[in-house]
Amino acid sequence: MNNSATFKKYTYGTAICSAFEYLLENYPEVFVIGQGLWSPWYVGSSMTDLDKKFGVDRVIDTPVSESACTGAAVGASLAGMKPIVVQPRMDFMLYAMDAVVNQAANWSSMFGGQASPGVTIRGIINRGGEQGAQHSQALHAWFAHIPGLRVVMPSTVADARDLMIASVLCNDPVVYIDDRWLYDQEDELSSVVEMDLTTQKPLVTQTGTDITIVASGHASFLARETSIQLKKEYISSEVIDIRVLNPFDADVIVESLIKTNHLLVIDSGWLSSGFSAEVIAKVMERLPVDCLKKPPVRIALPDAPAPTSRVLEKAYYTSVNDVINAVKNILKN
Amino acid sequence: MINELKDLSSPDKFHNPISIKSHDLKSLYKMLESMILIRKAEQQLALARKNGDIGGPVHLGAGQEAIAVGISQSLQKTDRVFGAHRSHSHLLALNPDFYRLFAEVLGKETGFSKGMGGSMHLWDQPNGFYGSAPIVAGTVPLAVGAGMAAKMQNKNDIGVAYIGDGAVEEGIVHESFNLAKVQNSPVLFVIENNMFASHMHISLRQPSDMISRFAVANDIPYKLVDGNDVVAVSNATEELVKDIRAGNGPKLIECVTYRWYGHVDWRDDVDVGVKRSMDDIENWKARDPILRLSNAMKSANMWDAEKEIELNDKLDSEIKVAWEKAMNDPYPALDATLKYVYSKVVR
Repeated sequence: MNNSATFKKYTYGTAICSAFEYLLENYPEVFVIGQGLWSPWYVGSSMTDLDKKFGVDRVIDTPVSESACTGAAVGASLAGMKPIVVQPRMDFMLYAMDAVVNQAANWSSMFGGQASPGVTIRGIINRGGEQGAQHSQALHAWFAHIPGLRVVMPSTVADARDLMIASVLCNDPVVYIDDRWLYDQEDELSSVVEMDLTTQKPLVTQTGTDITIVASGHASFLARETSIQLKKEYISSEVIDIRVLNPFDADVIVESLIKTNHLLVIDSGWLSSGFSAEVIAKVMERLPVDCLKKPPVRIALPDAPAPTSRVLEKAYYTSVNDVINAVKNILKN
Repeated sequence: MINELKDLSSPDKFHNPISIKSHDLKSLYKMLESMILIRKAEQQLALARKNGDIGGPVHLGAGQEAIAVGISQSLQKTDRVFGAHRSHSHLLALNPDFYRLFAEVLGKETGFSKGMGGSMHLWDQPNGFYGSAPIVAGTVPLAVGAGMAAKMQNKNDIGVAYIGDGAVEEGIVHESFNLAKVQNSPVLFVIENNMFASHMHISLRQPSDMISRFAVANDIPYKLVDGNDVVAVSNATEELVKDIRAGNGPKLIECVTYRWYGHVDWRDDVDVGVKRSMDDIENWKARDPILRLSNAMKSANMWDAEKEIELNDKLDSEIKVAWEKAMNDPYPALDATLKYVYSKVVR
């Protein structure tokens, strides 16, 4: 069992906060920049009191300028710093697309590998609560499309902390995407062991034999809940958490499907041209022709902006029941 | 449009030799040589683009050399300079290695960016040139951040952002000015006001032709100078940079100039330019920053026709040799496209 002397209780939110603390304590070149950092009620428990512990020169609250702040972080990273940009909502981060996509993602390639903006951009998915179309978007597929960016979506408490640290220590630009709906998960973590982000891959979080469920971020949480429920009905599902969407390594999914022969992909973004399509395409290219016993199935958001009205909103987002029903539907004769 | 620049924007004014009293022969000669070298390197690129040796676009800055040369007199190798699409002069003023520029423009692996950048993506960080990129105004916030980094690192280095008059029509410039001011970032904003954005004259794009008004709006101290007077640019920069290094925050210098070639490649672009004429171009060529410095030095008996011919011949032959060498250099290996997508830098 866990040794209480070395393990400590965290939520997903406080795990992110502990990653910031670890980085700010151990790496003088780390600084954090973004809106709301001196009054971080925007971001749950994930940044509490960092400004008080590490000073307002290293935890910088800013003008309402997503674009300039992200660009400044890119420039600082070229000058040897390891900045973390906090975008309390991904929707507003779209103002910073030039700095992320045209600049950060391209600089290594454009200059023959001589420049590398090792900047981390934390984009928070913050939806539900009748907030509607411009306070809800999960845009990970956009960023996963861009060569040069690493895209990370932690779904567990451990990854919330450890992938953040790995992202910041990585020399490449990283888009780290967390989801407010994950913040209350709890776990016990041992002290930090630094990981090399470039070797991180999708992980099997639950083993099973009947079907493989692949997901990322909050959708991985749904997959894990589904797997627990299905076990009670003697359905054995294998859950794979993608964790790193770009560069995307599909090996572990292919291996799993050779065993389970059934594939369900869940994604917290929209369906069309979404990341679920990339998962299925990359896997199907590699699988033997007759491996899957049923066509692959994906669950994602309807191709519509998020509605505000509570009835519409409830129907819009995927529930554990939706996933359970999809699995049963795939496995029925 | 309000003509706030007044005479500074006039092609008929400032044709006389410049005042050189503030500088000694050594520093004047250094600036003269640097400007001539940049001019000749760009003329070589124009020629090679026209005859088809160069496959991609080149944005030439002939006529504007005094700005980069004047600015660079106050810079050190550890400063953090960012350019844009028209940045040959910005780089060559820091490092006169035109051979590596030629190789880069030709896509050769011996180029500044290992042949991965071409004319629009230049890199020479060891000499302070952090990079140029052609998204208009895209590098401006990067310079602000590189300045902020210098402050955090307790270094007296500064960020430098070269910005055209068209670029200030992008919102990011105003966010960057504001952020630089509230963060007290050590950064110099260099406005190269050549009065054209691509084909279109500033009078059709802005209510005033004076870009410094945005410095006023952000409480950033500024200087407005004749961008075709290298001594004026150099003196104004020296004062501003000294103040920035002393910890007094961002500064802006607006340099009024004119580009001889069109927006891209070797043509005059009188046909596609809106409010651009051969008359204007000819008049601006009489306001040539090289000619005006050279004439001033000749009047002061610091320089003569014989020495000028000697310098021109020397540079012509060096450029010829460098061009031939670059033409014969290897292209990057085919695996280069995938090789550099993610970092190869060891920190």
